[in-house]
Amino acid sequence: MTTTTLAVLVPLLPFLGAAAGLLLGRTAPGFVRPLAVLPPLTAFALAVLVAVRQGGDEAVDAATQLTPTGSVPVELALHIDGFAALVAVLVGLVATCVQIYSTGYLRDDPRYPSYAALVSLFTSAMLLVVYSGDLMVLLVGWEIMGICSYFLVGHYWETPEARAASLKAFLVTKLGDVPFLIGLFALATDAGSFRITKILDTVASGGLDHPTLIALLLLAGVAGKSAQFPLHTWLPDAMAGPTPVSALIHAATMVAAGVYFVARLLPVFQASAAALVVLAVMAAVTMTGSALAALAQDDIKRVLAYSTIGQLGYMTGALAVGDRGAAVFHLLSHGAFKALLFLAAGVIIHAAGTNSLAAMSRMGDLRARVPDAYWTMTVALLALAAIPPFSGFFSKESVLGAAEHAATGHAEHIPGAAGWTVLVAGVLTALLTAAYATRLWLLAFRGKGAEAPDHGRQPRTMTVVLWVLAAPSLALGGLAYGRLPDWFDGDDLAPTLTTSVLGTGVALAGGLLTYAAWRHTTAAAARTPLGAVAAHPEADAATVEAEAIASHEPAYGDVASAPDPADPGRLLLGPLHRHAAAGFHLDAVYTALFVRPVQAGARLVRFLDREVVDTYVHGAGALPRLLGTAVRRAQTGNVQTYVSALLAGTVVLVVAALLVAAGA
Amino acid sequence: MHLAYPVVLSSLLFCTGLYGVLARRNAILVLMSVELMLNAVNLNLVAFDVWLSKAADETLHSGQALTLFTITIAAAEIGIGLAIVLAVHRNRGTADIDKLRDTAEGHETDGPEGPDEATGATDPAEQTEKAEATA
Repeated sequence: MTTTTLAVLVPLLPFLGAAAGLLLGRTAPGFVRPLAVLPPLTAFALAVLVAVRQGGDEAVDAATQLTPTGSVPVELALHIDGFAALVAVLVGLVATCVQIYSTGYLRDDPRYPSYAALVSLFTSAMLLVVYSGDLMVLLVGWEIMGICSYFLVGHYWETPEARAASLKAFLVTKLGDVPFLIGLFALATDAGSFRITKILDTVASGGLDHPTLIALLLLAGVAGKSAQFPLHTWLPDAMAGPTPVSALIHAATMVAAGVYFVARLLPVFQASAAALVVLAVMAAVTMTGSALAALAQDDIKRVLAYSTIGQLGYMTGALAVGDRGAAVFHLLSHGAFKALLFLAAGVIIHAAGTNSLAAMSRMGDLRARVPDAYWTMTVALLALAAIPPFSGFFSKESVLGAAEHAATGHAEHIPGAAGWTVLVAGVLTALLTAAYATRLWLLAFRGKGAEAPDHGRQPRTMTVVLWVLAAPSLALGGLAYGRLPDWFDGDDLAPTLTTSVLGTGVALAGGLLTYAAWRHTTAAAARTPLGAVAAHPEADAATVEAEAIASHEPAYGDVASAPDPADPGRLLLGPLHRHAAAGFHLDAVYTALFVRPVQAGARLVRFLDREVVDTYVHGAGALPRLLGTAVRRAQTGNVQTYVSALLAGTVVLVVAALLVAAGA
Repeated sequence: MHLAYPVVLSSLLFCTGLYGVLARRNAILVLMSVELMLNAVNLNLVAFDVWLSKAADETLHSGQALTLFTITIAAAEIGIGLAIVLAVHRNRGTADIDKLRDTAEGHETDGPEGPDEATGATDPAEQTEKAEATA
């Protein structure tokens, strides 16, 4: 088979698996699990094969036109360069791990067939985005991901949190998608084609008429999809979905799509210095803000969600300084360790019976209950905190190195301001990242108190994938940073001395600071008992998690934070803690800016309809109703009266007819 | 025989029937009056058929044939009508048309139970007293 055929099969197989799963889910329950696991697994194998064949050489391009589509042609096109090949491998790997993990995690879930099919569809859509060489086809995958995330985040739709979160995820990403669509049209109009290769040729020859406008419109869609400030608010709330879905969304599919899209069309963004500065500021605000918020969250998954937003901030930062190699490098290593973090968090939530870090910090021996999750999560958190030699160190250093490169003016076309913004925010975020990673680890695994409830042994499917993902988290960065430039643009990705020392130094400082704060506050933990645990020794992990999510607000008064004086984050953040826990009140701002005006508008329309339009309608009906009341009085119920009236009428008619006939 | 005699007779019959339909209270008598009116029409049909067939060369006697139909249908009609009256009488205990006013506009309660219920509802204290007495 040619590389093109293989590449077509990669998104197609999970799609067929999803269709088959949806059709056969009820009639043949025995096929559901194979249908869920095998297509992504095969797609992963094929993606590896495609990557090996492509080998970072000349991009594979193929296109066919199904039908003429008017002025700007839409083609089914593939464009596989080094970026696409490697990102597809990551997507395949994470999707396969998530599907295997889900067979254990949702083993008793009645809606598992549709869930598994939607995960496959999600994967297929992301692979389509990755391989597509035509922006319209890319948009199809982009939107399918939007609707799949809506369904999957709302998987526990019995809980109000999940319903609200799924709607929010859908609406916020759509808010970005509208300008995105307009931007795509504007770009295609300027370039005369939706093909990425042609657009890049046009950009190279300076043929774009409105680069700033197009770049900013596209950025809106990217901000929505990749959860960048100010459209990131859906991501922490999306934690109301099942943990494997969070892993899929955060590591490989949904949020990676935005970064990957910018990486593909980076020359378009580079054509406008203003867009790069906007991108840099967006990245800087996103990463520092989200890291502060992560330090204040109580839900273990919300900590990870904010950390995803922050790491995506690093990627957009790398893009803002024009180094897409570093961005995609960080995307790959982040995909591996963030998937691992989420899947391990799922195991921990199952074992602890709660998603609250405050409750976990009052449990002894949690790490002995889940040894696999303990060790793999330690690896992943070290990678997240960018401690050498874990993979996160190399990818984050490549981002910081690129920012330093741009800040010192060595990069062409890149404003120095963008470089400085990303560099300063990046170093600050490195400190905060290490702090919240340490806090998460200490609270989850170093708790003191009563023993954790026993939920039995974790299913093997859930623990094995953790070790599978631990390998790239541990070693990907160190092994790959030398070879990846061959696959990417050829820029050096090796860590530079200055940023390495700086980054590792602040990371260590952040970790030690948190440790000191934790030692200081841990005595208080014993004094204030806290915690609510959902204990279902027999139930599967998903049941425990759904209950833990639903009970967080009744138990602690808030979905994001808990009133825990022993929390080191509270000591570190001081008065900022309250605001950080609420995500810096951005939701309240949105409520004031958008929700209230829309509701007021709705009330106005309702008033106009009920009181104004309806008055005329009722007025028009009044006269016939009056006449009707009068006529109704004749309805006495006495048949003989009716017949008399009939007779009288007949007589009158006969007399009239006779008079007319007589000519009187 | 001159046409006037049967026509006068039939109009007298029709008027008697009409009076019965409009004035009688008993449903059975009303039905009988309807029969009278039908038979007046039958008489007319037969009389005019004979009168017309004198003038025509060939005739199908369709007036008389129609009379046979009318008699048959009248028999069926009176059967159903009497059955309905019988059912109403069993239900209501009366066949008085003046009292069968369920189709009147604004008619809420049905049948003779209505007033009983109303008195029961107006005097709940008495009912509880009765209940206590029986207990």
